[in-house]
Parts: sequence; structure tokens; C-alpha cells
Amino acid sequence: MKLSLRIWRQSDAQAEGKMVSYEIDEVSEDASFLEMLDVLNERLIGEGEDPVAFDHDCREGICGACSLVIDGQPHGPQAATTTCQLHMRKFKDGDSIDIEPWRAGAFPVIKDLVVDRSAFDRIIQAGGYISAPTGTAPDAHAVPIPKQDADAAFSAAACIGCGACVAACPNGSGMLFMGAKVTHLSLMPQGQPERATRVLGMVAAHDEAGFGGCTNTGECAAACPKEIGLDVIGKLNRDFRKAAIRAA
Amino acid sequence: MSTDFYREGEPVADAKAPAGPISERWEKRRFSGRLVNPANRRKLRVIVVGTGLAGASAAATLGELGYRVANYCFQDSSRRAHSIAAQGGINAAKNYRNDGDSVHRLFYDTVKGGDFRSRESNVHRLAEVSTEIIDQCVAQGVPFAREYGGLLDNRSFGGAQVSRTFYARGQTGQQLLLGAYQALQRQVAAGTVDLHTRHEMLELVIVEGKARGIVVRDLVTGEISTELADAVVLATGGYGNVYFLSTNAMGCNVTAGWRAHRKGAYFANPCYTQIHPTCIPQSGEHQSKLTLMSESLRNDGRVWVPKQKGDDRHPADIPEDERDYYLERRYPAFGNLVPRDIASRAAKVVCDEGHGVGPGGLGVYLDFAAAIERLGKKAVEAKYGNLFDMYERITGENPYERPMRIYPAVHYTMGGLWVDYDLSSNIPGLFVAGEANFSDHGANRLGASALMQGLSDGYFVLPNTISDYLADGPFDALDETHEDVVAARKAVDDRIGFFLNNDGDRTVDSFHRELGKIMWEYCGMERTDEGLRKAIGLIRGLKDEFYRRVKVTGKNEQLNQELEKAGRVADFLELGELMCIDALHRTESCGGHFRAESQTEDGEAKRDDEHFSYVAAWEFGEDAPVLHKEALEFEYVKPTQRSYK
Repeated sequence: MKLSLRIWRQSDAQAEGKMVSYEIDEVSEDASFLEMLDVLNERLIGEGEDPVAFDHDCREGICGACSLVIDGQPHGPQAATTTCQLHMRKFKDGDSIDIEPWRAGAFPVIKDLVVDRSAFDRIIQAGGYISAPTGTAPDAHAVPIPKQDADAAFSAAACIGCGACVAACPNGSGMLFMGAKVTHLSLMPQGQPERATRVLGMVAAHDEAGFGGCTNTGECAAACPKEIGLDVIGKLNRDFRKAAIRAA
Repeated sequence: MSTDFYREGEPVADAKAPAGPISERWEKRRFSGRLVNPANRRKLRVIVVGTGLAGASAAATLGELGYRVANYCFQDSSRRAHSIAAQGGINAAKNYRNDGDSVHRLFYDTVKGGDFRSRESNVHRLAEVSTEIIDQCVAQGVPFAREYGGLLDNRSFGGAQVSRTFYARGQTGQQLLLGAYQALQRQVAAGTVDLHTRHEMLELVIVEGKARGIVVRDLVTGEISTELADAVVLATGGYGNVYFLSTNAMGCNVTAGWRAHRKGAYFANPCYTQIHPTCIPQSGEHQSKLTLMSESLRNDGRVWVPKQKGDDRHPADIPEDERDYYLERRYPAFGNLVPRDIASRAAKVVCDEGHGVGPGGLGVYLDFAAAIERLGKKAVEAKYGNLFDMYERITGENPYERPMRIYPAVHYTMGGLWVDYDLSSNIPGLFVAGEANFSDHGANRLGASALMQGLSDGYFVLPNTISDYLADGPFDALDETHEDVVAARKAVDDRIGFFLNNDGDRTVDSFHRELGKIMWEYCGMERTDEGLRKAIGLIRGLKDEFYRRVKVTGKNEQLNQELEKAGRVADFLELGELMCIDALHRTESCGGHFRAESQTEDGEAKRDDEHFSYVAAWEFGEDAPVLHKEALEFEYVKPTQRSYK
């Protein structure tokens, strides 16, 4: 198939970016979206041009590196699918496709389609863990956990930290990401001792990093490739309120 | 064989594993190894390269112990290391199922599964430590699958007759890595670990015979800098991307290990490669990587091909008696659960005979119709739903209605830098953990053992063994003006300068693809003397051409992904040659290394214990590599011809 692409090009963090048009032909419908960009880049290098930079690694939907806004939607048109798992059979011959980086105040562009998501790591550093130094653990069967809790914790823990939620949110909020981690750890008995300090620390780091607040738009959950539900934000808010009242 | 391609040097031996009963060796070693006083630990600096299961768990644990740790990864976050993609599970000899499992059985299965090419002491320790890993991960909040009573669920996994595999749906690697990642981030916040993301190690610094640091490039600014320390740990993963197409992430590379190898670290058993039987077949020339379908699918899926060659009917239209369930037929005891190397080669055999399905006849069916009938669609969905969805996204086919098509793909590399029982390479101060070392899987790794080994090395082994080395530290103060540091840095600058100034006309990827094809054709599932010789010639030619014609756009002082790839492919070209030399010299078949000249009457791998019961540890040589043999002794598991019939 033949496609017209418009891609955000920005040579570095300081430079002004702009959309640049490229025509590409003979794209296989079995190719992934990133493989289509690989083909474009091979051509650009051949022509002596700088290839389009984009983050990607596992290309199987789990590492969370890939991060393209495709026709205005983070990770493109297919539900529950990362950019790397999106295949060209979802597009038609002759389509025009706009490709942009995540756009959010807390995720500055580094180059072209690559953004800096280190703010997510800083949120985890502020409490997104259970303190269990190596070697201190009791037997794994010491504390049974009801299956429904374990399953719900897993569903929240499935977050890949890609940042699509932030890119989709009109406020650039990271609350779905943060809510997923808070929910995961709060559902486990091991997570109880630090439950209050965790949520206070993470919310403070989130706000400091420049993410916006949640206004219940719901775009985050719609964009999430792992289908993390809005309920995690409710759980986050509840935990936060409880912890804040107790701390006051 | 002729030694045209290498020279033989002195034998090498592991001097660290204590003698005595195998079940007491790890305890003995922990006692005999020297400790570092907690007050002195903060004076000692350790570099850990890599943030996968081994790297993150090692960095976090060393930080908890009070060492000053500098941790590096090339990804934008340490959470993205490729351990995250492991699907199936992690083994542990908990015997929670009361089905006859024990530390000794896990040890036995791993030595046998590795086709008697691993070191007994190391494997036994791995089996011992396995139970502590599960405890540790549960304490961190890893959401393993549980039963209705609230206890942990287990399943049986590739090649095992007991249920010892713990799992978190089909995302076990992700959940284990996030556990280690969170422990690591906790140490970053505590100030014990300096974490540097988007940095790539490009050279090892050796001073007076000891590993003392690394040279790294900041992948955003291009700045080259040196990090100096008392010890260096490489936890940089496997080198499967030498085949271009593999299940590895795009960034996985051998550069850290290869740079250390060029500076004297032995590279052991490079030809031991695991070809995973259940991957989605290639769809075209645009293909950039292959996707694994967890082999847990083989617990419920049945593998078959049409009996009639070139049968292109819809699989549902092929009646039962016209299907060949070849694994069940050839291996009635293990059926669809035979080890990976055997399942892969069996798929190649039926496809080579013309029974393959899908594009190019390079595929076999993995059929869930019987499981769906027996368990119900809902139960199958609960177990494998995310894998089925992934298959459908990639192929556009619905595996609930039509059997999956699968084909083997390169997945894991058992070979790696040579280490002793302490995980120390032959360079003092250079330690190697996880897939980057060679030590525990012999010639074939069993399913659900990679996660076990990565975390065993990182949480429990290395933090205990490295203290024996660090007890001699802190070593002499060094600064960046030391001549060896300056020289290491200059080597990096020169290499980068070469690539950027080379007036070439071919892309890095085009060379990588070509190398991959050579490796897959001649050093893949089946290897021959003739093919390997041919491959060595082809790789040498390709390497010459690479340096003449490679084209790298842009400059150093920017995010430059082409420049990153160029350095990695340059190292893959050298590694590929060594892999072929290793495969050529080992004229036996063992595990994942199948030499067509060495097979039993019914086509199984035939070892030659008399001549090859050793680890091949290769030393770098400018003209030819030097082979150092480490003899393998089997006191507890007597080598037999593996049989899964």
C-alpha cells in the first residue's frame, strides 16, 4: 500500500519542531507500524537524511518504550494495542497518517518522536515499592492472598509505564499510571505498612514533575494499551484522602 | 578438526567451588568467602551494567548492603530491560504440589536438560537458591497467580514432570522485573545507587590487571565519560540478536561483553544458542524481530502438521487421521512438552520434509481445539488470553478458531562470558551475571530457568561472592588522567569518529540482516563442517565490506540511533565468527548445538563425552582465538543419552 506520512521532526530538545511530509510506497499490510518506519528510515539514510528517531525496544507490547501519537491517538487506532503491535492491515492504501510524539509538559521532547519520561521513575522512587530488602522474606506461603485480590492486583500491575495515559489526557495527568501502582500494592497484604506514606510521596512527586490533575475525562483509560481502568484513580484518591487526613 | 581457525592454550579451571558434598558447597563458600565490614562498604564503588533481572536485583541488593553503586542501562528507563518480555514463569523447588520435587530433582533436571555441559556445583546452587527467590518476590508484592485458597499456583513447564513453575499470567518476566525495578528505585531514592539511563557502555577499563571502570556514552548528548570503581558487574543479557531476527528486543546487544572479551575476558561456549520452538513465523522481508508465544502454550496445545505434503486445506478441514502429531508420536512420554531444542529440531525436520504450513512452508500448527473442548473456552482464555490476543494482533488470525502457526526462532544464548563459581570472570574485578555469563544452562536451557538464574545471580549469589573480592579494596585511587583510562576513552572516540567519517553507502541494518541470514543458515538449528567453514568466510568478507561501506548519518553530539547500531553490529560481526569457530570445533551434537555429522540413528543429538566434556572458553586473539578448556566432571548426575521418549 501507498501512504502519505506527516511526521514531527525536531532535531533536539531546544530546536523548534515541525511536521514534515513523506510519501512511502509498497508497504506490506503484514508489517508492523514500526517496521513501516524502519523502511522509511532505510530510505532516508540512503538519501543522506537524518532518519526519524523513535523509542522502541521489545516490539512485542510489553517494554513500554514505543510511544507514538498516530492520527491524534496515543498508540494509534487499535484498542488495547501498543504502537509496536499495531499492524499496517489496520490502514488502507492511500491513507494519510500523522505521527507525533507524546505531548505533555512532564515529557519534554528529546528528538523527533523521542520524549523524556524519567518523571515516571521519580514517581516510583517516591514510594512505588514495598520495602523488602533481599533476604528478609518469610516463606512465600506464609500469607495467603485471596485469589480475587491477587488477580485485581495483577491487572493493575500490568501497566507498562509507556505514558500513553499522560499523552491522552487534556491535563497531562499521570494519575492513571500512579493509580495503577498504588492499587497494585494496596491490594496486597505486604503493601499495607507503607500504604499511607507511599501514596503521599507519589502524589507529591507527580505534582512536582509537572503532571496535571485529573478531571475525570477518561481519555487515559481509553488510550491505555493494557486496559487499566479508571477505577484505579478512584482507589488512588481514596487512599490519598485517607492518608492526608491521618497526616494532618 | 583442523586448527586453521584457532590455537589451543592452557586449560582453565574453576578454583572457587569448595570440595565436598554438593549440597554443602554453597554454604561452605559463603563461609569461606571474606566479608566486608558494613562501615567499609560505603568506601567501595561497584559498577553494574544492565538493569534486567540480574542487573537490577544485583544493583538493588548491593545498594541495600551499603556499597556505592553506579548502575547503567541504554533504555530510557531501567524498567524496560528485556527480562520484561519473559512470559512463562520461574522455576523453584518448593515442592508445594507434593509431586516429588526437591532441590536435587531441579538440579538433576537442569543438568540433564543442559545435556551435561554445565557445571554441577553452579547448577546445584541455582536449585538451592530458587526457593528463596520466590519468597523474596512475594515479599516485594509480585502478583503471582494464586489458587482460590489464596496459595500460589504452579504449573508444569517445558520438559518438567513436576509442577514447579510459578507464574503471573503470561507476564511473569514483567512482574519479576518490576519487583526488582521497584527495589532498585528505592535504592536510588535512598542514595545508594546512581542510576544512569540512556547510557551505553562502550569500553572496559583495566588497570594493572584489574577491572576498574567503564567508558560510557550518553545516548542523548553523545558525551563520552568514564566511571571508575573497585569492581565491575556486567549483567548485559544475551547475544541472540547476532541472528538479526530473534525474539530479543531490538536493542539487545553483545557490546559490553564483547568489549570485555577483547580486553581478555574469556567467552565460553558461544555456539550454544537456544532456538525456541513456539514463535510466530516470519511474514516478509520487512520483518524486524520475531515474537515468542510462551511455551506454556504447549501444556494445552497440540503440535501437528498435515500428513500430506503441501496440504493447503484450511486446518479445520483436515481430518484427524490425516494429521501428524509428530511430537506425541516420536516422544510418547513427554509428548508436546519435550525440551525446546528437541521440539525445535522436530519442527525443522517436518518442514524440511515438506509438511510445513503457512508462507514458505515454514510453520507447524499449535492447536487448542482439544483444550477448548476439554476445559472450555473461558478456562483457556483465563490461562492464555493475552497470548492469544497478541497472536491475533500480529497475524490477523483468531487462534480460538484456527490453530496458531508457529516456527522456531532464536531466543536465548546459553554461552557468555566465562565465570567461576563466584561469578568472577578471568579478569579480577570483572563479574558477570544473568544471561551474559555462561554458567548454569549447559548446552540447552530449560523453560522458566532464565528468570530463576537472573534473580539467583543478582539477589543471592553475586552480593555474597563479590565481597570476597572487595575485601581487598578499596583499590588504589584512580583518576581520569591515568594512561589506561585515557587509552580506553580514546579507543571509544576513535571508533565513533571512524563510523561518522566513513564515506559509505550501505545502512547498518543491511549488514545486520545479511549477518543474521548467514548465522541462521549455517549456525542455526543444524550445523555442518562444510556450512560453518563457508559461514566463516562469508562473515569475514562481510566484515571487510562493513568497514568499507557502512554509512552512519548525523553526528556524535546528539541522539543518534544509527551510531548506536553501528557499534553493536561491528561487535556482532566478530562474535558471529567466533560462534562459527566454536561450532566448528565442537564436532559433537549437544543440546541446542546440533551437528548433522553427530546424530543417533533416529536423528537425535549425539554427544561425544570422551572428547567434548568441557567448556570451551575462548580468549581473544588478533589473528586467531585461543581455546582454553575447562573439564567438566559429573559426580552426581551421570551423563546418559538424553531420552524423552
